[in-house]
Amino acid sequence: MKKVLAFILVAILGYFMITGLMTAQEFSTYGNVNLDEKISRNFIDKDVNGKSDEIIYGQTSNPETGSANYVTSIIANYRIFDTLGEVTVLFVSALGVSLLFGKNTKKYNFYESNFILKTASKMIFGLILVVGIYIFVHGHLTPGGGFPGGAMIASSILLMYLADNEFKANINKFKQAESLSGSLILVIGLLGIVTSGYFFYNFLPTGTVGETFSAGIIPIIYTLIGLKVGSELSGVIYNFMLEGGEQ
Amino acid sequence: MENNIIEIFIGILMLFAGIKAVTSKKMLDSILYLSLLSMVAVVGFVIMKAPDVAITEAVIGSGLVTAVFLLTYSVVKKSGDIA
Repeated sequence: MKKVLAFILVAILGYFMITGLMTAQEFSTYGNVNLDEKISRNFIDKDVNGKSDEIIYGQTSNPETGSANYVTSIIANYRIFDTLGEVTVLFVSALGVSLLFGKNTKKYNFYESNFILKTASKMIFGLILVVGIYIFVHGHLTPGGGFPGGAMIASSILLMYLADNEFKANINKFKQAESLSGSLILVIGLLGIVTSGYFFYNFLPTGTVGETFSAGIIPIIYTLIGLKVGSELSGVIYNFMLEGGEQ
Repeated sequence: MENNIIEIFIGILMLFAGIKAVTSKKMLDSILYLSLLSMVAVVGFVIMKAPDVAITEAVIGSGLVTAVFLLTYSVVKKSGDIA
């Protein structure tokens, strides 16, 4: 079953690569570049002087990028390749940590914590988790986004590890969530190719500025990035908790 | 003018915390000074009108990194490698 799935995935990716290479032109000489093949025509023809409609929070509908937070529109839309690279860097570092520490299985035992600490940390754990989720779901409206939200989730897991010796996170579920969200980010990018011809094109309607369901694919991508970063850092922390030494 | 005074104060505090983090004799003091450095940097980012960077710094710099350092400190202390 796994092999069939892997074969289908490779076949789809191979199809995209081959069709992409077939349609791509050779590099032309200087001055004869057909810009339509290199950059999105949208961005070349964009008039920055004339049309300057004021964008009003809560009223303007279907602007170019519907996110109220400008930084997010750059991170998760215009320069999404940077973000994809950052996610990859984080994945590689988590991979390195799990290669170093993954073979240890015994969990490290801290000092005995008392009842008050255990109960209070359980209450705070939920609050921190909800704030983290809020930060990455509202990444296109308020400051913050996928990376701080994910780190907040990971720090709530770390709090539980520090406060309670018996606490055991289901690390396999974290790994599944991480790989699933990582693949879904790429699937959204490929959907952009299918619908509009550009990788990670914002193909959904951008909606009204300031609403939760606006800005097209930006909140979806940021939610997926938040889940991926959170589960990845939780995995790194879990690996740190395992007792070291060469056995 | 008032902003200038606050910025200068924050800069001096960051320098102080950074130098103390390097020169402290105790490991725990170093960790706490590093956390203080991140906390002051958050205020600086807010004054410079970069709330996104401020949130990231607050969560990662003074939250996660400090917690991971404290975790490492307690593990190393239990092993008995440092005083």
